[in-house]
Amino acid sequence: MRQLNRLPTAGRTDQNKVLNFTFNGKGYQGVAGDTLASALLANGVDVVGRSFKYARPRGIFGHGPEEPNAIIQLGSGAATIPNLKATQVELYEGLEAASVNGWPSVNFDLMGLIGAFGRLMPPGFYYKTFMYPKKLWMTYEHFIRKAAGLGSSPTGRDPDSYEKLNQHCDVLVVGAGPAGLVAAREAARTGARVIIADEQSEFGGSLLASTQLIDGVPATQWVAEITDELGEFKNVQRLPRSTVFGYYDHNFLAILERVTDHLGISSASGPRQCMHRVRAAQVVLATGAFERPLVFAHNDIPGVMLASSVSTYVNRFGVAPGTRLVVATTNDNAYQTAIDWHHAGRSVVSVVDSRTGPSGDLVEQVRALGIQILEGHGLIEAVGGKRVRKALVAPINPEGSKVTGPVQRLACDLIASSGGWSAAIHLSSHTGAKPVWDDTIVSFRPGESKQKERSAGACRGTFGSLEGLREGASAGAEAAKLAGFGSGEVQFPTPVIDQIIEQPQQALFLVPHNKATSRAPSQFVDFQLDVSAAGIELAVLEGFESVEHVKRYTALGFGTDQGKLGNINGMAILANALGQDIAETGTTIFRPSYTPTTFGAIAGRDINQLFDPERYTAMHRWHVEKGAEFENVGQWKRPWYFPQRNETMQQAVDREGLAVRNSVGILDATTLGKIDIQGPDAAEFITRMYTNSYLKLAPGKCRYGVMLKEDGMIFDDGVCACLSENHYLMFTTTGGAAGVLSWLELWQQTEWPELQVYFTSVTDHWATATVTGPNARKVIAKVCQDIDLASESFGFMDWRDGTVAGVTARVFRISFTGELSYEVNAPAHYGRHVWEQLIEAGAEFNITPYGTETMHVLRAEKGFIIVGQDTDGSMTPADMNMNWVVGKNKVFSFIGKRSLERSDSIRENRKQLVGLKTLEPNTVLPEGAQIVNDPNQPIPMAMQGHVTSSYYSASLRHSIALAVVKGGLNRMGDIVYCPAADGASIAAEIVSSVFYDPTGKRQHV
Amino acid sequence: MLLIYCPHCLEHREEEEFSYGGEAHIARPLNPEALSDEQWADYLFFRKNPRGIHHEMWYHAIGCRRYFNATRNTVTYEILETYKVGTQPQITGADV
Repeated sequence: MRQLNRLPTAGRTDQNKVLNFTFNGKGYQGVAGDTLASALLANGVDVVGRSFKYARPRGIFGHGPEEPNAIIQLGSGAATIPNLKATQVELYEGLEAASVNGWPSVNFDLMGLIGAFGRLMPPGFYYKTFMYPKKLWMTYEHFIRKAAGLGSSPTGRDPDSYEKLNQHCDVLVVGAGPAGLVAAREAARTGARVIIADEQSEFGGSLLASTQLIDGVPATQWVAEITDELGEFKNVQRLPRSTVFGYYDHNFLAILERVTDHLGISSASGPRQCMHRVRAAQVVLATGAFERPLVFAHNDIPGVMLASSVSTYVNRFGVAPGTRLVVATTNDNAYQTAIDWHHAGRSVVSVVDSRTGPSGDLVEQVRALGIQILEGHGLIEAVGGKRVRKALVAPINPEGSKVTGPVQRLACDLIASSGGWSAAIHLSSHTGAKPVWDDTIVSFRPGESKQKERSAGACRGTFGSLEGLREGASAGAEAAKLAGFGSGEVQFPTPVIDQIIEQPQQALFLVPHNKATSRAPSQFVDFQLDVSAAGIELAVLEGFESVEHVKRYTALGFGTDQGKLGNINGMAILANALGQDIAETGTTIFRPSYTPTTFGAIAGRDINQLFDPERYTAMHRWHVEKGAEFENVGQWKRPWYFPQRNETMQQAVDREGLAVRNSVGILDATTLGKIDIQGPDAAEFITRMYTNSYLKLAPGKCRYGVMLKEDGMIFDDGVCACLSENHYLMFTTTGGAAGVLSWLELWQQTEWPELQVYFTSVTDHWATATVTGPNARKVIAKVCQDIDLASESFGFMDWRDGTVAGVTARVFRISFTGELSYEVNAPAHYGRHVWEQLIEAGAEFNITPYGTETMHVLRAEKGFIIVGQDTDGSMTPADMNMNWVVGKNKVFSFIGKRSLERSDSIRENRKQLVGLKTLEPNTVLPEGAQIVNDPNQPIPMAMQGHVTSSYYSASLRHSIALAVVKGGLNRMGDIVYCPAADGASIAAEIVSSVFYDPTGKRQHV
Repeated sequence: MLLIYCPHCLEHREEEEFSYGGEAHIARPLNPEALSDEQWADYLFFRKNPRGIHHEMWYHAIGCRRYFNATRNTVTYEILETYKVGTQPQITGADV
């Protein structure tokens, strides 16, 4: 297929290397060095997408990250990537791309019909139209999204891999245009570690499309030389295809390097992208500037482009996107485009300059070429459908606010517009620096630095090449010096470059039309989201004043281009409508990311099994072999239940529970947190942390305690054992272990450093097997001969050192089931051995391994709470009916004690822990169910509390539940109701929270 | 992401190693029972939220596991100093 618009001059491309690609299903050819955008232009593809709201046909407008229209979907299936800008996608053999907007096709768009009614869709249209009725919003949203076409998600797991790299450097240079290159060279020479990153495929920035000579050679050759020079420094890392997308606190910057994106989708040759997380001592920002389009009627028709983009396609890519060009400008700079177009052998119809008497160097060159210059004129409207056919131009007044003469029609197929340049202040904005408006350059400048950074060149508002080179060099030298390298003096001579004399530009943000803005054809400000000048003025008429509000109301700058083209024009139009100047109106703050960043790169390798560590107990393999189902408790994998043959979960839990109640069961309790506490003040410290006292706890004894936060609310619970004088072992909940250790450290370090006490987490040091049930003693007796197990000498809440299954172990007589229990703690490496010996010893009693679900049922039968399930951070010990655990007479005011007397803690009618017994014994209440007194009262009902734990108890043969109910402890015997979503409700009786063995004699045997 | 100098480890480490501990220099009342509900609530719930200099606790959780204090500018996030628990800051609100 012929590439109609390909010029004989190759620019930076290699015309001998032809690449095949498809766009919207049709085959095309481009050449190596093309972007998808330049290849499409070479093939004369005008319409590349449809606009978001009005579905107007749109063509390629820019040549970089500012592109608002050419938003494409790359590839298909699992590896597809949505919302890329065609101007940033490097062409490769076999590339497949499609427009994200435009259904059913970009050339025939049903939605285009809506576009015809554009006037009926003013800003805030969605807010105004789709708000009511509320429940239809989901339907509206679905339709809007489909119509708008935000691209499609991948259909499967991302097949690619991504990397993350943490780096430090002395000087990070962002941008490898003229200023960045010389900055990096100056810094490199001092020996500083330098990283220079640029988002384009090769270094050079704007110089890649420049026809200027530097040091007597073409700019691209100068770039190649200095890039090579940088490569010779061992202390320099060059990162092309790398976007610095965020500038975060303390000089932390994130760089997205597209490592293999340019080789094709799902390349096998390495990670697709790499995220560099860089901590830089000093930063030089040399991010350049974006050209500002002129806002005129129908400025969105394909064939309207930025002037610099036309030059870039001609000079860098060897592509002339049209034949007959009209240049519309407010400045000298865009005259270069007329010159470039002329030298490409194409026809320049006219240069339409809003100023009178332009006379800069470039202007004179254009005059010398015999090109018509219409000074004091505005290009007020583009005419065409899917391609520009004509430009309407008219004389305008010097202020640029009014058309003052007759309209001329210029036949053309390409309009290049330039309203000046906007410094790319995005990264400086990320640091919190407030941009400053500068009337002389008609652009924002970066505000006062908030971090160790400085801007150089065009991003600082210094638009001349020579000045930019000078600034870059001194910024590089200065940054290196402040990082501790070199003298700060520039060492290399300033490159020699012709100085171009330019006349002042005109600040013109909206080209007047012969109709009023509100009546004129749409003058687009933000192309991607179809925000027009009239829309912004309407927002002001409707009462919006703040730029932040107008932005949100009109959606100005909300597209994936983040308003890189439209924001300044939009704010200026707003300022004008408000009768303010731009400085008063202010700007919105740019935030990361500068350009969209893939989740893959952010996640890097932290996916799948590397996403979060998993913790296994020493007995884990045994559980796996026995077919256990697991549940996650924090990072731990705990056996949930052990199904046999075809058992359901309920059947397994019933069997396991009955085994414990009737004979003996065994639980892997390794995951309980264990903190070893030592020191002369250990007992005093522990006593300050728990509600009860440990001062008199003798070696060999254990005590259950509850820990409060200072607000009096239960925070953790567990048993603490006195191992010897000044030596304790504190058990915590599985999930609370880390939090409790930090909590102890907090108080010891910040409040009571005088207490000599030391904490060590020993959770992983011990494997714990809980043997529980009426036959537990018989099982232990078979594997442990050196502990006297008789109840009189080893009673409930005692612990003993001994040998279990030949291994030195600690055995604790503590119980979470209400049965006779021994918790055997063996060194973790012997865990599985001890476990298997216990299983073998228990075989004659049919010892039954059980999991966390049965553990929950058994403890609920006993009314034992689980912190975090039956409590929620708003429960006091009194609420849990656990006043017995609070040492009221303790000398020291333990943590949380004072709060137990706060008016809110002692108020009547707090929610209190009770049991619930459903009237229908087999019905299990849903956990979390709300409790009401009268299920027939109108909604909203008066909530009395909620169900915290609920199970079917096989040993009791009815369902049981724990709940917190307002004033519940005084409501024993009352019937309450749990309404369900389907309108039914379940009746239950309030009973004691202890369902099983209320006197506790079974655990004392 | 902040870069924090740990006064115990004597080096700068990434914020990922630390956790935030709230306002510093809040002494626990020696005799809580002697306080009114309101006074106790002041200690318990009320914290400064200044625009500018803030003295706050940090915890080197994935490091030395020691608490320390930092003086941080809440506008710029600049950390002006870090110092050990039990010592006083060199930089106070009046200095900035």
